[in-house]
Amino acid sequence: MIYEGKQKIWRDYQKEIPDDHWYYVRSCIRQNFFPASERKFTDITQQVLGKDVYETPYHTTCGGIAYHCDAIPQETVMTIVARQFALMTEAGYENYVPSCVTSFGNYVEILETWHEFPELETRIREQLWKACRREFKKPKYLAHTSDLIYHWRNEIAEKARVRLIDKETGEPVRMSEHIGCHYAKMFPSKGIGGAEYPYVLAGMIESWGGQVVDYPERRHCCGYGFRQYHMKANRGYCVSNTHKKFESMEPYGIQAILTNCPGCCYFMDRWQYVIAEQTGKTYGKDGFGIPVFTYEELAGLVLGYDPWDLGLQLHQVAVEPFLDRIGVEYDPKAKYLGLNREDILRPELPTNLKCF
Amino acid sequence: MKENVVVIGGGVAGMEAARELLLLGYNPIVVEQQDHLGGHVAQWNRLFPDISSAGDLVRTLGDGITDANIFLETKVTFVNRLQNGYLVMLSNGVNIACRAILVATGFKLFDASRKEEYGYGVYDHVVTNADLESWFNGNDSDRFPAAPKSIGFVHCVGSRDLKAGNSQCSKVCCITAVKQAIEMKERFPDARVFCFYMDLRLFGKKYEDFYIRAQQEFGIQFIRGRVSEVGETLEGRLQVKAEDTLSGKPLKVQLDLLVLMAGMSCNPEVAELARMARLDMDSDGFLRSRDNLGGINESNRPGIFYAGACTGAKTVPETLAEARSAALAIHRYMQGR
Repeated sequence: MIYEGKQKIWRDYQKEIPDDHWYYVRSCIRQNFFPASERKFTDITQQVLGKDVYETPYHTTCGGIAYHCDAIPQETVMTIVARQFALMTEAGYENYVPSCVTSFGNYVEILETWHEFPELETRIREQLWKACRREFKKPKYLAHTSDLIYHWRNEIAEKARVRLIDKETGEPVRMSEHIGCHYAKMFPSKGIGGAEYPYVLAGMIESWGGQVVDYPERRHCCGYGFRQYHMKANRGYCVSNTHKKFESMEPYGIQAILTNCPGCCYFMDRWQYVIAEQTGKTYGKDGFGIPVFTYEELAGLVLGYDPWDLGLQLHQVAVEPFLDRIGVEYDPKAKYLGLNREDILRPELPTNLKCF
Repeated sequence: MKENVVVIGGGVAGMEAARELLLLGYNPIVVEQQDHLGGHVAQWNRLFPDISSAGDLVRTLGDGITDANIFLETKVTFVNRLQNGYLVMLSNGVNIACRAILVATGFKLFDASRKEEYGYGVYDHVVTNADLESWFNGNDSDRFPAAPKSIGFVHCVGSRDLKAGNSQCSKVCCITAVKQAIEMKERFPDARVFCFYMDLRLFGKKYEDFYIRAQQEFGIQFIRGRVSEVGETLEGRLQVKAEDTLSGKPLKVQLDLLVLMAGMSCNPEVAELARMARLDMDSDGFLRSRDNLGGINESNRPGIFYAGACTGAKTVPETLAEARSAALAIHRYMQGR
């Protein structure tokens, strides 16, 4: 591997990210998958970093999930997106940051389509006006939330209470990054580092002390693939893709995976349970899996948040070995206490995948 | 006194044209920005289809122009239109008045690192066709494993590729890949050799014979499908994913060496020359001939002529034939015919 070659490519794929004043829109599925991540994004950006990150309860789905499942036509999605932009315009913002990678890809695709076919944008404006009497300006800047955490990664590193260093060996923890397909594969120039060797997550890992590990199937899809998973008969195909990735990364001793896509994080975490039940095989040390984190969760750990406040008890793969490795303090007894400190009940433990 | 003809570019086109111009009684002045003559061919080892020596060809051409004025490491800084010709200003301070200019600025090898999925410049054992020729010439490198067990060639890297901005076929890559695959098989008889292609365009004399020999005598496997992704294994081997469109299946293979057949793209520096001399350029960035049938050597400006790959991808025999043709066209122009 020629590291300088990657650096050259990374230099070619940078984008301008304003330092403040962002209009933030949440994902429709992340709330269910890893519910603390989005809340922690606002906590970190507003309270720790002191940034102006605004959100409104009137925001809806962007329509991207239905679009990629072939359930609704693109013009419908465009009109939904036009309404989101109208909400941003009414709130007085011009920098737009969605939390979901598919939303980000959806917004990029629509803005690029309008750029190429302005008559379509005109028609969507008319449809939005007829539907809800709203008008909009297009965002001046569009970024994904992982772009913002990347942008502020060094500020986070300065405030870090935990580094991604193995406290036993003193070595950087070995982490792999996995980018959602809709982040840069459709429009490589819109992602930090491009599509083939993206830097957005690798930059966070490096800044926070970890070591980025490449493996042959790093670029392979996580297995979710929208219309594959959502057609129940195709789910075996989904898990086989995830299986391929874990088989490929097995010899590399990867200790954690960082993701920026709702589906990737969820499926690479949950399918490890399915693979373990089906084959008896686990990929972490001593019968554990490899923990898969969102970038908000990892930033939260680095900044010293309580792992249970970050929602890490909702991961399928046990995170405790990783927390112990980097020296995060936590109360094992508090794992299944809710925000009101009452018991939220314990999940049934898998047969083959070691969990707590 | 012999009349000046400025030949811009000292590759094989410029050299062959200069040789012909000398024989026709002119004073060719060859301007070459590199420190040597021969252009890309001078970096090559063997040429298809006879596996003849590229160095011998360049030496033969060089022997024919010992009486020509040759400026190496020199660029054209300005071209002024005069009443009856041109004033060509060079970076070494020399100004040349002439009635005719021959543009033989050639091509630029496509930068294979732009096809990021192939990992050129990122993975140690991904090389280009030019790197391989350099290695054949004895320039050793760690990027070439000592005893490769499997070798792949990727055709059309940066050719016929709209995303890369090059829609044209580079013409020579298919046969070059066949040639290089055979040469590697001769050096490493036990290695498996794969060629990944989207079309095989083997149009020239002996090309098809060469392709059949590659399969029948050397057992080279031709796979119709594009490589989608290259990665690196723990052992430093290359994991290559491709599609075999004839069997309709994806395939994954581990290789010790992957050779990218980087195509010909336009020489971007020619745009400045075109601006100075008001030459028309084509949409592909190459110079536009007055007529692609009968006037391939002629530009849109009187007294300015073309030879070789400055107007598009050419093989070496085509380039040499065009160079001789351009010299005759210049002679006719000088004679007022």
